[in-house]
Amino acid sequence: MPPVTPDADADAVVVGSGPGGATAADVLTAAGWDVVVLEKGPNRLLELEAPYALKGDLSNDEIKLWFRWFLGPDPLLEPRTYRRTEADGDHLLVGEVNNLPSGVGGGAIHADAKMPRFREDDFRPLSRWGPMEGAALADWPVGYDELEAYYAEAEVLVGVEGEVGANPYASWRSSPFPMPPGPDMYGAVVSAAAAERLGYHPYRAPTAINTVAYDGRPACTNCGFCGGYGCPIGAKGDPLGPLRRALGTGRCHLRPRSTVTEIVLDGTGRRARGVRYLDEAGVLHEVTARHVVLAGGAFETPRLLLRNGLANSSGLVGRNLTFHFQTFVAGGFPFRLHPHRGRVVTHLHDDLLVPTEADLSAARAAGLPWIRGGVVEHGAGPGPVMEALAYPPGPVHNQLMRESVARDRLWVFTMQGEDMPQPTNRVDLDPVVRDVHGLPAGRVTYQPHGHETFASAHWAPALESVLREAGATWTDVSTSPPPDPARAGPLGVAPVSRHVMGTCRMGVDPATSVVDPLGRFHDVENMVCADSSVFVTSTGYNPTLTIVALALRACRHLVGDPLPPTGPAGGLSPGAGPGSSRR
Amino acid sequence: MARPPFLTPREHAVVAAACDRLIPPEENSPGAAAAGAADYIDGLLGAFLVDPPRVWAGGPFSGRGGGEASFHRFLPLSPLEELAWRTRIEGSRGRPEREWNGPVVGLQERYREGLAALGDDFAGMAAEEQDRRLDGAGDFARLLYQHACEATYGAPEYGGNRDLAGWRAIDFPGDVLPRGWTDAEVRDP
Repeated sequence: MPPVTPDADADAVVVGSGPGGATAADVLTAAGWDVVVLEKGPNRLLELEAPYALKGDLSNDEIKLWFRWFLGPDPLLEPRTYRRTEADGDHLLVGEVNNLPSGVGGGAIHADAKMPRFREDDFRPLSRWGPMEGAALADWPVGYDELEAYYAEAEVLVGVEGEVGANPYASWRSSPFPMPPGPDMYGAVVSAAAAERLGYHPYRAPTAINTVAYDGRPACTNCGFCGGYGCPIGAKGDPLGPLRRALGTGRCHLRPRSTVTEIVLDGTGRRARGVRYLDEAGVLHEVTARHVVLAGGAFETPRLLLRNGLANSSGLVGRNLTFHFQTFVAGGFPFRLHPHRGRVVTHLHDDLLVPTEADLSAARAAGLPWIRGGVVEHGAGPGPVMEALAYPPGPVHNQLMRESVARDRLWVFTMQGEDMPQPTNRVDLDPVVRDVHGLPAGRVTYQPHGHETFASAHWAPALESVLREAGATWTDVSTSPPPDPARAGPLGVAPVSRHVMGTCRMGVDPATSVVDPLGRFHDVENMVCADSSVFVTSTGYNPTLTIVALALRACRHLVGDPLPPTGPAGGLSPGAGPGSSRR
Repeated sequence: MARPPFLTPREHAVVAAACDRLIPPEENSPGAAAAGAADYIDGLLGAFLVDPPRVWAGGPFSGRGGGEASFHRFLPLSPLEELAWRTRIEGSRGRPEREWNGPVVGLQERYREGLAALGDDFAGMAAEEQDRRLDGAGDFARLLYQHACEATYGAPEYGGNRDLAGWRAIDFPGDVLPRGWTDAEVRDP
């Protein structure tokens, strides 16, 4: 055991600086707390001295961002492993598994920043839809009505553009979006019109990208590099806004390249005294703190807890891991769509989260009690290097690139399919593979429930029909993970979804949950979880806004300043429900 | 190129010739060699022959869409990042500090062996013979293709996409910040 260098004594130490950790730092420092934020990855985002300018290291460079792990984690330094079931042995794959960025800002940096709220039904799947064999379904211990105030605050703090009333399935709101929507991408205009003609209800995606100058950051200039890239001009609000505010108090001490190895308990064994972390030189430091906030994400948080053998009296740490079961429906068009102009995804539709009687009949015929799909993103395809790799080498390469079958003439629906929580799907510690610090690598054991694969197969043809209605001359369906790893496409064997959830689920009963309804660990009194580990179910929506809202709620309760309940504001009543039935 | 090369002149010629079979030159398409694929690959294999190493181009702007050009100023690596990239490029070479998960075969070794297998005389062979040898090259041919694609269609600061030939051939405007696109350009057909 190396010597330990005493570091700070803080009111709170926050592990991770992504959407949850940044939000925690924002709330806690605003309440006057001294906060140390430990981030294992590098800082590509902002200077740590006032006025917290952008570092300028992010760029629209496909090589750096897509092929050289600039946002990390580097699969050599921090390998992760994957297997479908125990029958695969120790692991099927070593390297890159669900690689959300590792660095200041966490997973929010790379995203195209879609920020839908969940709906009322999403928090009560068991009572609304009923049990599903093989799935550990449960209602959330918090509902939409209680969370609404925090959703509203989250939208202001990260800066969300959107359009009230556009989505007939949306739940009620207490306030409008802080920014109007940005320009519609041409491809989305085409696909959304076709979706409407077939009875669906596309709407402008709520997105944490500035459409006007907001919070001291500029409006987006529609550069076309969004998903997979950090924003070089700071037009994405999450988590830049919250981090700048926290740093601006002078009470936030953000330490990049600081890997937490241990949560140190006091003599009672029920309270944390602080954490230990390794800096890049391998020096071990200890931060003592009155409170510990875990926000390393639903992969790293359980990895840390399992390594420490902590907070796991339920045996559920790492279990009920969910992703979104992603279905990609691509359409090839006889005309160019210029997908490189705009914010990558500007439209969504929610119809497949609300099954029709016909959908439910089909599910029952397949032996499932019900199915739900996921939000459908109307989006652009890849950049030109990724496009080129999709084509074979040789004489046909040039022709395909010039015609741009898989980029400039391609439009893609991504369905973020609801993924059933299954105790066997989990993050645990790989028995063999180590990270560069010698710590056991995290391992994903995951295979989809029959619900996801059926829902995907059920709705993919409908999405193909929309693309054909829009003018596509061919369509193609793929999923991640693939049905057969032996025939995996370019997306590989493991799920590529960066939506990672559910490994420390929240609940009232310590026997069936890891944290309480306010994110406090049942087993460690002064430790809170502020990331997507606490999600009880995955729903079919992008998780980030809900991560921020739950972190706001957990931390506002921690400092004794919860938000008062809200109600629907005039003119912002719930979506009227879909007006027409779809074919 | 100004930096010292990793590839020998003969290896450089084999890389160029092989990449040209994968992304061949023809009317309106430069082919990987003319786009600078061999220089791109040499830049990666010899990344640590210059300081800062040629791993990550700088930011935020290239200058092609306005603003001050900064892609050409490569970013320094932290000690752990240097460890990762030296291990990836040079291989672990039996050094314990590079073998936390066992030995790693580096890109340099894969290229040295792969190019030797294609043959010193590769560049002078007829196209059919070159294709036959590439067909037999397995994983190395896939590695070459990946790098040829990165070189031809990636940012030119890495040594490929010379004079933006790769982007011009496919009518791709490349990085456009800070100018970006107007709202009208985003919406319009």
